[in-house]
Amino acid sequence: MDPQLTTDLLQVQDVGSFFGTPLTYLIFVPVVGALIMMLIPKGSETAHKVVALATSLVTLGIGVYLLQQFDYDRSADLQFGVNLPWIESINSRYILGLDGISLPLLLLTLFVVPLCIIYSWNHFPEPKDPKAFLILILILETGMVGSFVALDLILFFVFFEVVLLPMYFLIGVWGGEQRQYAAIKFFLYTLFGSALMIIAFLALYFLSDMVTMPDGSMMHTFDMKLLPIAASSITLGTAIWIFGGMFVGFGIKVPMFPFHTWLPDAHTQAPTVGSVILAAVLLKLGTYGFVRIALPILPTAAAKWAPVIGVLAVIGIIYGALCCLAQTDMKRLIAFSSVAHMGFVMLAIASMTDFGLNAAIFGMVAHGLITGMLFFVMGSAKERYHTLEIKRISGMLVQAPRLGWIFGFCVMASLGLPGLAGFWGEFPAILSAYDAGQMTIAGVDISFGLNITLFRTLMVIAAIGTVFAAGYLLWLFQRTAFGTPTAEFADDPHITDVSPTEWLAWTPFLVLIVVFGVAPGLMFNVIDPAVTRSIQEMHAITLLGGS
Amino acid sequence: MIASLLAFTAPSIDFHAFAPEIVVVGVLVLVLIVDLVTDEGSAWAPSIASLGLLAALIPIITLATTEHEVSMFGGAYMVDNFSLVLKALFVVTTYLVVLLSMNYIGEGDYWEGEYYQLLIAALLGMMIMASARDLITMFIALELLSIPAYMLAAWKKSALKGNEAGIKYYLMGVFASAVMLYGMSMIYGITGSTLLTEIAEAVGRPETSTPIITLSIVFVLVGFAFKVSAVPFHSWAPDTYEGAPTPVTTFLAVASKTAGFVALMTLVFVGFRTRADVFQPMMWALAVVTMFVGNLIALRQTNVVRMLAYSGVAQAGYMLAPFAVYGYDSVTSMALSSIVAYLLVYMVMNVGAFAVVIALARKTGSAELSAFSGMREFAPGLTFAMTIFLFSLAGIPPLGGWFAKFAIFQVLVSSESPWGYSLAVIVGVNSVIALFYYARVAKAMWMEPVLDGDLTPVKVPVSQVTVLIVTAVATVAIGVYPSMVTRFSSSTCLIADPVECPADTAAP
Repeated sequence: MDPQLTTDLLQVQDVGSFFGTPLTYLIFVPVVGALIMMLIPKGSETAHKVVALATSLVTLGIGVYLLQQFDYDRSADLQFGVNLPWIESINSRYILGLDGISLPLLLLTLFVVPLCIIYSWNHFPEPKDPKAFLILILILETGMVGSFVALDLILFFVFFEVVLLPMYFLIGVWGGEQRQYAAIKFFLYTLFGSALMIIAFLALYFLSDMVTMPDGSMMHTFDMKLLPIAASSITLGTAIWIFGGMFVGFGIKVPMFPFHTWLPDAHTQAPTVGSVILAAVLLKLGTYGFVRIALPILPTAAAKWAPVIGVLAVIGIIYGALCCLAQTDMKRLIAFSSVAHMGFVMLAIASMTDFGLNAAIFGMVAHGLITGMLFFVMGSAKERYHTLEIKRISGMLVQAPRLGWIFGFCVMASLGLPGLAGFWGEFPAILSAYDAGQMTIAGVDISFGLNITLFRTLMVIAAIGTVFAAGYLLWLFQRTAFGTPTAEFADDPHITDVSPTEWLAWTPFLVLIVVFGVAPGLMFNVIDPAVTRSIQEMHAITLLGGS
Repeated sequence: MIASLLAFTAPSIDFHAFAPEIVVVGVLVLVLIVDLVTDEGSAWAPSIASLGLLAALIPIITLATTEHEVSMFGGAYMVDNFSLVLKALFVVTTYLVVLLSMNYIGEGDYWEGEYYQLLIAALLGMMIMASARDLITMFIALELLSIPAYMLAAWKKSALKGNEAGIKYYLMGVFASAVMLYGMSMIYGITGSTLLTEIAEAVGRPETSTPIITLSIVFVLVGFAFKVSAVPFHSWAPDTYEGAPTPVTTFLAVASKTAGFVALMTLVFVGFRTRADVFQPMMWALAVVTMFVGNLIALRQTNVVRMLAYSGVAQAGYMLAPFAVYGYDSVTSMALSSIVAYLLVYMVMNVGAFAVVIALARKTGSAELSAFSGMREFAPGLTFAMTIFLFSLAGIPPLGGWFAKFAIFQVLVSSESPWGYSLAVIVGVNSVIALFYYARVAKAMWMEPVLDGDLTPVKVPVSQVTVLIVTAVATVAIGVYPSMVTRFSSSTCLIADPVECPADTAAP
């Protein structure tokens, strides 16, 4: 921790070159792939599939290279950094970097996309058109990757929004019966949040201190790493309003109660791959925004907002669980379970402890793997049964035993069974609320002055939420997988077991759920230094009296 | 008598600075002569016009690179970065409109030679508008651009809607001109000058009577509020846009509107800059009403050209917003450059959107929303391009429109005033409303079945393909790398004032 948190640090320096960082390639390789696909005629479907898969595998390859080159002893530092002018007139810069907070989420993204393409290989949803479908997936990948590596608010905002259009079309064109309604609802909700978010970013920009540019002139900044100090002079009252703008923007994406109503519709109507990407990555953009932007830049305002976030998170947990119990559609049930799971992540973030942030990042990845996998299973079940109505499906274990057991495995992981990844997201999240805002790091006592009684109450309620989770998930499994097949489907030849492409797409998910369940340290060791540093910096800002 | 005539000394004219206008006049004359003397002259008109317009860009570029600022006719005519950027914008827009017109006018059994003559005459008026710094020059520029536009609007003379388009535009336009002239005469009465810089000084004096100043400023601005189709002076736009040939609609929606904004900018940022107390509340109200009315009525349109007309009204509302905060110390030239940036982006995406409408109409003969149903299946390229333009108009990154809207937000928030913040939130709310009708067209194209099951592809002529590619690529490129636009927009400055125009932003 650098104790010299003074305005002398507000220096902008050009670092690296555009093509000098692997992160640039991560962002632009999918775009290049999409451009190549645009030139290939619509008829040659195999060519499209091959190009799309190759592009996503190259991107994953760069990701693996990053994983190998990443300096794990310095995972709190930003690595592979680049910092170049982008829009000079507003001093928005092309700043990229990777640290222990973004690395797990970035890799999750890179890992999910090729598996989604493999899964779609032989079953594109109606109205087919693999060209458009796969181009949209690749553009989506650019947006997601960019959001996780951008360190400039405007750059982040642009990538955050790039995600919108492809998802809108994926839901609206390839989705279920109510697809058009779901697609526009998703779009309008997110756009409303974005509008408030961009006003909040601009207010931050104009109200924070100026920074020194490489040529010696003074300008305002959008740099996420400089803003915590630059923004410390904003008055607390104003900072609380600005945080509110970001809260709505990110909160809609998470989604937090009461902004969650777009999610069940979007998830239920989206094509399988769309649901998987939505659950695995898109929701994380919201929580990542809190961890990366909202909390570090305005820590004092965040401490004022923490009780609100905590209460809404726990309402989300309980409300999501109760909604799950009332659902008659399997996919919709899983969608509501996302609301509950993201509630745990938000509770961990609201606790403002290193322990909590660790749990939050782990929880995001675990939820991405598990719920993503559950949506795959839902998609495959829908293909076989042509319905996901719980009361029409029974005895999946009899008719398609492997599919049934994979479903059961994911259900166990989702309810937080120890030994599987879900546990390490959920259990520490609940524990973190016990000492919310209080911790000792490197012998220094840190306190953000949160209301301990409130958070301990929230902790108890959240713990009850896990019981509900076990309830609705096991009940779902019991009703659909156990028993004997219903008369309707008993002799249906379409109900086959897991196909080879499904195995190919799913095995990595299943393996990782077990690996991270057994050896959570693999991820915690990367995350911990970064979040600890982040907490220390937030604390330093509050000590300075900054907002 | 003769002696007095001989004593007349011609004003010194910098022919380099005047070269763009001279080239355009040359092209106009050439088209006219070729049309007169040859039998198949009309066939040559579009080629001569398009090549001539490209030639007109050359002196604009040489002027911009030599960076000399020229003031002519006693300050009534200025050639500076601002005027050059906008002249280039006008010339490029007209060039794209000529490309769009080639087949449309040729195949439509309309008079071809005269069409291009009038188009170029209107362009000349716009170019003069960009340099005019004097009320009389401005008025001449306005009439020079308006009168050809009235005729062009009524080009489909055998169609009832074509006549309606022309007559409505003409009557409303003449009325607005009359009101504006009345305002100008009052301003001359108060200040004794038609030069904007002198007017600024005179109206700023404390002893001038505020009610009369208010009345005259409002009257003058109303004349141009009509041109930019600000509510409540917008009622001509949808009918005229629908009835006019679509390339002319493109011209009116983009070039003519830009010319109106150019006039508003020179008037407000030069002539009336000392009276922020007068124009600020007016512009605030005008911006808010224009945004809401434009967007809410656009929601109910079933014809895409009419929808684009109302969307253009709403877009004008966004562009009016920076005027409402000009006058706060922290805003300065940022207000001007944000409007210029918006105009540049607006041109690219709007011309593109109209180009798609024109191309599609070759197959369906209609611009109704239903004609767009299922376009994805029979015209994937056009669908892709239209998607880019629509969501750029909606302001979704990474398409150009996001930066235009962002620049507006930036100016409004930078005022750090309740007026600015409230306007920023209103622009935000309107962006969400607007998304709904843009997305509805996207929905029809992507998600709905083809209406009559007719899957024959659309044949798009090369000239229109060129326009589509240029505008689509520019829309994406500007969005990804906005410095392409800010390079030009931030070099524009109307007041030679070191605070307003810091030296480092003065050069492109």
